[in-house]
Parts: sequence; structure tokens; C-alpha cells
Amino acid sequence: MSAPADAHLKRTPLYNLHVALGAKMVPFAGYEMPVQYPLGVLKEHLWTREQAGLFDVSHMGQAHLIADDGKHETVARALEALAPADIVSLKPGQQRYTQLLNDDGGIIDDLMVTRSALASDEGRLFLVVNAACKDTDYLHIAARLPAGVILSAQDDRGLLAIQGPGAAAALSKHAPKAGALGFMQAASMPVGPYDCHVSRSGYTGEDGYEISMAADDAVELARLLTSDPAVQFIGLGARDSLRLEAGLCLYGHDIDETTSPVEAALVWSMQKRRRIEGGFPGSARIQKELADGPSRLRVGIKPDGRAPAREGTEIQLAAGDRIGIITSGGFGPTVNGPIAMGYVAAAHAKPGTQVQLIVRGKPLPATLVNLPFAPHRYARKA
Amino acid sequence: MAIEKFSKDHEWVRVEGDIATIGITNHAQEQLGDVVFVEVPEVGRKVSAGEAVAVVESVKAASDVYAPVSGEVTEANADLAANSALVNEDAEGKAWFFKMRLANTAELDALMDRAGYDAFVKESA
Repeated sequence: MSAPADAHLKRTPLYNLHVALGAKMVPFAGYEMPVQYPLGVLKEHLWTREQAGLFDVSHMGQAHLIADDGKHETVARALEALAPADIVSLKPGQQRYTQLLNDDGGIIDDLMVTRSALASDEGRLFLVVNAACKDTDYLHIAARLPAGVILSAQDDRGLLAIQGPGAAAALSKHAPKAGALGFMQAASMPVGPYDCHVSRSGYTGEDGYEISMAADDAVELARLLTSDPAVQFIGLGARDSLRLEAGLCLYGHDIDETTSPVEAALVWSMQKRRRIEGGFPGSARIQKELADGPSRLRVGIKPDGRAPAREGTEIQLAAGDRIGIITSGGFGPTVNGPIAMGYVAAAHAKPGTQVQLIVRGKPLPATLVNLPFAPHRYARKA
Repeated sequence: MAIEKFSKDHEWVRVEGDIATIGITNHAQEQLGDVVFVEVPEVGRKVSAGEAVAVVESVKAASDVYAPVSGEVTEANADLAANSALVNEDAEGKAWFFKMRLANTAELDALMDRAGYDAFVKESA
């Protein structure tokens, strides 16, 4: 079950620490990453929901988008030409989730965008993109930027996520300013002795933070945070079940170049001005889907029994009547049962619809449900 | 006296008379991680050696459990459906999957003994 060592795999600054902690390392998005620690996926998942989990997400792509003229509007307009969120209206220190779209309105990648909180850094956006997509994302963005706006990959940065109900208390011990941030707000601040950029965000459905630091400080910062007994390192296995319970998309599985943000039930991430004005790649398709409804829709799926239904499982309305496919499926430790999400024909996407999942050739009854499976517990502030 | 054998698919077989009890090895459950679902075969099903007869799913993935020998299923462990975590707690004991009446005891000769299985696991690591 262990994959052969691959000389082409990259390592994050925390690689040696993961190994020392007994993590099982696996290839993921071109990196050797910890899929689980000795605690195991199930307990790591529950620990994050009850205490605080620390995730090494240094493999993700961090980049700055910078306008030469130092104006937010210049850099915001440049990104709005590639993504359907309202970037112009971002306040200093505010963060939004959006997608890079192709000309057909399909999703090239999904990403977090933050407007710098500092007046001295005006005209700068901080992007976090998926590890597997980062090289192609950077080429895509750079090739489409207007004169006067540049993309600067921040390859010398590490990224940690601390997630769970204990995250705010654990981080605030070393970064008293962190508590003042609301969900999707960010600021530069010291964490202990280290200069960091901290945003109150994450991908587990829990309250928490993502902390960007110089790669050289990553190990010491991780040691500082895990010196708190409430904070445990958590691997990719639990990260996947946590985000699935939270109803969040995994790129390459739940969203890809064929799915539009409307089909993916991400309309909330396209603010009203953009939906009306368009002006992003694929806006013709997306505006048509907004007006007429998409042909398919991402939904939550709850198997009635105990058997998990995995990615690729066919969804039928009745015997032989295929209406869709599961794109992420497994076991939800907090739900304590199997959970899934996938796409079904929009005409049959209503929550409560009874469907059949074809698992090992047999139909298993399931019900379409609203997402998320585990309620979001974000620390929203007005 | 019971004979104990192991397959390359990481199943154990314990034979008393013409009845074989089958489960997955402790090594297999360690590799799988937290088991969240088990499907056992129906009593009366006739199976051939190498046939997929049961399913064990962990938080990570679904795996087939193969019949290491041919025969007819005489009993399935109902406790596993209700408490699949038993596989992690006692894979080579209480978490047996099913029992079968052997069709051909000579098939047991193709399986490994404990020492052979331990060496096999070490080699594949």
C-alpha cells in the first residue's frame, strides 16, 4: 500500500517534522504529504470538530497580484477579468472565495483572494490556489494580466491552517490580535516571534485560521502551536472528510473545467454586481444558467444504510434511470454515517428526492439532502 | 486441533474439521485504518477460491475480501454489520467475517502458515 519513493515529489518545510511525528506520507498534488498521523483519520477528524487541528497546507500556492500604480481598483479589475467574484468591493483585509474560469465558464481552479489590510500595501491581492493547479494557474493568470499588474509567486512561504472550536483560543495565546478578526478577514500580525499573515478562514466548516509565514519559520511556528495540548496535527485524510461534511468542493473531483459555478451551487460566491454585469470568462453561459437554471446541480446525498458510496458511483432515480454521479463520497465521522455529494439532473435535484446508488452492482437507497452535513461554525462578525 | 493459514490477500483461515472460519489479518486492518462498514456474504452462498465475497470499508477506501478456499458459506458474523470497528479491535479474533464448509481441503496447501505470512508481509513492505 506504500507508494515507491518518487524523486520528483516535492516536500513542504514541515516534511521532517511530519515524519518525526510518525505521519504516513503519501504522494499528493506533486508533494509528499501526511495522510494521517498515529491518531488515525477518524480520531483526527473528531479532534478537529471538538478541539483544534493543525494542518500543513504549505503545498498550496501562495501568490501576490500587484498593481504598479498602488491602486486596489487596478488589481481588482485585473482579477475580475478572470474570476466571477466582486473583487473591487473588497474592503482592506477582506477575503473572498472565487474561481478562475475558462471561456466556457468551467472552473480552472478555486481560490481565496484577500485584499491587503495595510495601506502601505494598497494595490495588492493575496491569492491562495490549489497545489495541483498552481503552476498552470500562474501561467493562466500571468498571460492575461494587463500592463501594470504582475503576479508574484510566494514560493518561500509556508501555510498552516488551525481549525476547530479551540483554534481561536490556541492562536490568540501567541497572536492576541487574531481574536479581533471575523470570518473571511485577514491581517498581518506576529504569532509569537514570527511575522505572519493571518486570515480567519479554512476548509473544514469550523472556526479557524490560515497562517502564512516565511518557510524558514514554519517548523518553529508549528511547534509553538502544537505545544498547546488542545492542538494536534491532522492529515489529509481527515481534511477530506471534514470538508465533505462541510459540503465544500474538492477541485478535480467536485469541480473541474466542465462544471460551472452555477452547476456547482457556488452562486453565493458570485456577488450580485458580477452576476448582472458579467464581464468574466464564460459569463454568457453562466448568465444563461442563472436565468434558465443549469442542466445539472451539485447536491448532498445521504445513503439510507451504512454502506459508503464512493466517487464515480452512479445515481439512478429508479432502476436503470441514470440521473447523475457521485463526485465525493465516504464516511462522515461527525455524522457517524456515509455521506456523499455529486451532480444530478436539475429536474431531480430537490432535497428529499429518493434515489438509488449503484454500489458493487446493487442499488442502495439514498436521499438527496441540503449541504452541509455538519453545520458551519464560522465566527462571523458584522 | 485447528489449522491456521493465511492468504496473500491478507485473510486468515482457521480450520476445524471441514469448517473454515475466515477474517482479515491484523496487518490488513492496520493498513486499512478505521473500518466503518463491513458487508458479509449470505449463508448458503457457494464460492470459489479467489472470489470476492465480502467488503470492508475504512474511512479511506473500500476493499474486497476474497474467499481463500472454495466451499459453501455456513455462517456470517452479524456483529460486524452493527459494530464494524471490531475489525480494528480484534481482527484475528472476534471480528471473523464468515464460516464456510470446505469443498476441497487440498486447497489449504496453497496457503501460507503464520511464519510464511509474516515473511510475506515483511517482503511486501
